[in-house]
Parts: sequence; C-alpha cells; structure tokens
Amino acid sequence: MFLFILQGLIWTVVITVGGFAFGAVVGVAVAGARTSKSVLVRIVGRVWVDVIRSVPPLVWLFVVFFGLAELGFRMTAFQAALVTFSLIASAYLGEIYRGGLASLGRGQIEAAQSLGLSGADVLTRIISPQVLRTVSPSMVTYGIGLMKDSALASTIGVVEMTFRANQVTQSTGQGLTAFAIVGAIYLGLSIPLGLWARHVDQRIREKYVVA
Amino acid sequence: MDFATWIGYVIGLLPGLETALQLTGISLVLGYPLALVFALLLDSRFRVLRWITLVFVELGRGIPLLVLLYIFYQGLPQISIVPSAFTAAIWAFTWSTAGYATEIIRSALQSVPSGQLEAADAVGLSEGDRFRFVVIPQASRIAIPPLLGLAIIMFQLSSLAYVITVSEVMQSAYFLGTKTFNYLPVFLAAAAVYAAVTIPASAAVASIERRLGRHV
Repeated sequence: MFLFILQGLIWTVVITVGGFAFGAVVGVAVAGARTSKSVLVRIVGRVWVDVIRSVPPLVWLFVVFFGLAELGFRMTAFQAALVTFSLIASAYLGEIYRGGLASLGRGQIEAAQSLGLSGADVLTRIISPQVLRTVSPSMVTYGIGLMKDSALASTIGVVEMTFRANQVTQSTGQGLTAFAIVGAIYLGLSIPLGLWARHVDQRIREKYVVA
Repeated sequence: MDFATWIGYVIGLLPGLETALQLTGISLVLGYPLALVFALLLDSRFRVLRWITLVFVELGRGIPLLVLLYIFYQGLPQISIVPSAFTAAIWAFTWSTAGYATEIIRSALQSVPSGQLEAADAVGLSEGDRFRFVVIPQASRIAIPPLLGLAIIMFQLSSLAYVITVSEVMQSAYFLGTKTFNYLPVFLAAAAVYAAVTIPASAAVASIERRLGRHV
C-alpha cells in the first residue's frame, strides 16, 4: 500500500515544482506591474493579485478544469492543475517579491542607473540578487504551502498521493492507514524544508546584518 | 446565458455559504481557545507535555487540510468511528486552525517585553493577574490581526469540505454545474460568493491592523 501511494509523489512534485517555477517567473511581471509608474498598470497588477487571492484555490481549479472546457480550452487534469497553481503562485510570489523590493534601498537602483547600466542589467545584477536574498525564506515557506495545496489536484482526477489513498480506501476500507501514510509523506517533506528555510534565514540574518 | 440567470446561480449558492460560515465559525470558536492552551503548554515545565503539544501542533499544520478531512471522514470508519461529514469537517478544521493559531499566539505572548513581566512581579501581582492584566492586553494587540487573517483563510479553505460531501458553496456549485452544464458561470458564481466575503473582510482586517498599531 505504501509503495502504491508513494507512486503518486511524482505528481505532487511535478505540480509543486512546475507551479512554483512558472509562478516565480510570472510573479516578476506581477511585482513589476504592482510597482509600475503607470497608474493603469498598477491597477491591473492589483486586481490580478486581489482577485486571485480572494477566491479559494479549489474554485480556481474547477473554473480552469470544468469551466474553460466549456469555452473550448480542454485540458487534462494535470495541465489544469499546473495552470491553476502557476497563476495562484504568480500572485503570491509577486507580492513576496514586492515586499522584498520595498526593503531594497532606493539608492541602489539610482546608483545603478547613474552608472549607465541598462534596465535588464539593473534587474538581473542589482535588484534580483539582493531581493532574492531577503525573500528566499518566504519563498520556501510559500513553496511548502503550495506542495500541500497540490493535494487539491486529486479532486479533478490527478493520480497523486491523496487520489491513490482514496483508491486504496475504496478497495480495502483501510482509510486510516492510507491517509496516515499520505500525511506522513507530507510531513516528511515539509518539516525538513521548513527547517532548511529557517536555517537559510538565520544565515542570511547573520551575514547581512547592518550594524 | 443572461445576467439574471447568473444572479440566480449566486442566490442558489447562498445556503451553501451559510454552511461554510457555520463550519468556519465553529472551528474558530473551538480552535482559538485550544491554540491559547497549546501556546501555554509549549512553555510548560513538563517536557512530555511540551512534546505531545508540539507533535499535535505540527501535525495540524504540516498535513494538508484536505488529507486531515479524509483522515477523519474516510479514515476513522476503519476503527469503527463514523462521524457525519459536518462533524468530521469540524474536527479537521479545528485541528488545522489550532495548529496555525498556536504559532501566532505563541509569538505574540513572547513579544511582551520581559521588563513588563518583571515590573508586574515587582508590584506584587500574582501570576494569574500578571497574565490577565499585563500579558494578554499587550499580546492580543499583536495577535489579533493575524488571527483575523487566519479566519479569512479558514473561510476560503472551507471550500475543501466539498470533498467529503459537506453541502457548502462548492458542493452546491458542483451540483448546479452537473444539473445545468453551465460549469463556467456556476463556478464563477462560486468565486463571486467567496470574493464577496473575503474582499470586505480583508479590508476590515487591514483597517483594524492600522488602528491597533497606532499606539505601539
């Protein structure tokens, strides 16, 4: 039973890592929009973040999987889960980036611009390294949350761990054992990740404390 | 499909909203006091008590709520305990709420400066009075905004109870969807119902946070 359920871990990992990766990239655009000079772009960014965050992930999952199919966008359950979690992650990670940007000294960007660095260089060489350092613990924490949310993909038929535990329950009636195994695997992943995030956070604090 | 039909869908989901609010409300009323007890137990003198509490809190936070729901609803029958769907949902949500709230309450309690405690001792307050009149008023100012934020998150998560057939918003929406085959408008109606609660509630929490922070 354990091995049967464990086989679902691959989907958990693929959805989590995939959603996180897409979200991390789109999140840059979201943070950019939220801090844009143009009022219109700022409003678009704000609406994106607020609308996504004010509706539960399960609802978005159903809108994408069942709802978009009605408009002709037919996706497999896995594709729908990946799209949904990428969009949700872009809103949350975008807000995390924005928080990191706010803590970055204004002078950093001004100094880079006055040295004649291009916009792309300012982003990749000045802003990103410093912001990523401050926000990486929050990003890991969000990643752990995303991993737990990926269990929702079972509701639309992705054969990940929770889905498999349900199959075991239907066929053997040993639901407690099956779901306890799923819970234990999640703990086995989230606790080390959480400790690692705390460790990284502490190291950064020690290294970059401004006296 | 016209707007009136869509409004009809929204209205059709309102009984589900009532169930969702009940589920959330009961879990908070049970979960927050439990979290205060856990937060105090985590600083207990007895190591065994500390460890048991820690395990309980970490399980509540570390296991996805969806899995907790299944453990109670699909799992307990294996040992001949058969709760109703709503009862199972209350147990799972209370556990999860208590797990997250314990961390919030604990860090709020720890944020009270030690000088405050020493001063309370110096003027001869009993331990109970010190907690009641010195620690709680200061800690609650720190804890209230994140606890309200957690309440909003738990309300959103109440959608998960759908998987164990609690007739909340998503359950009603799914039923409406299979009946009308208008999945997109129906689920957008569900989204609107959640947003209609979440957006004003978030704004209220932000304003409370500003007010509480005014004199800190």
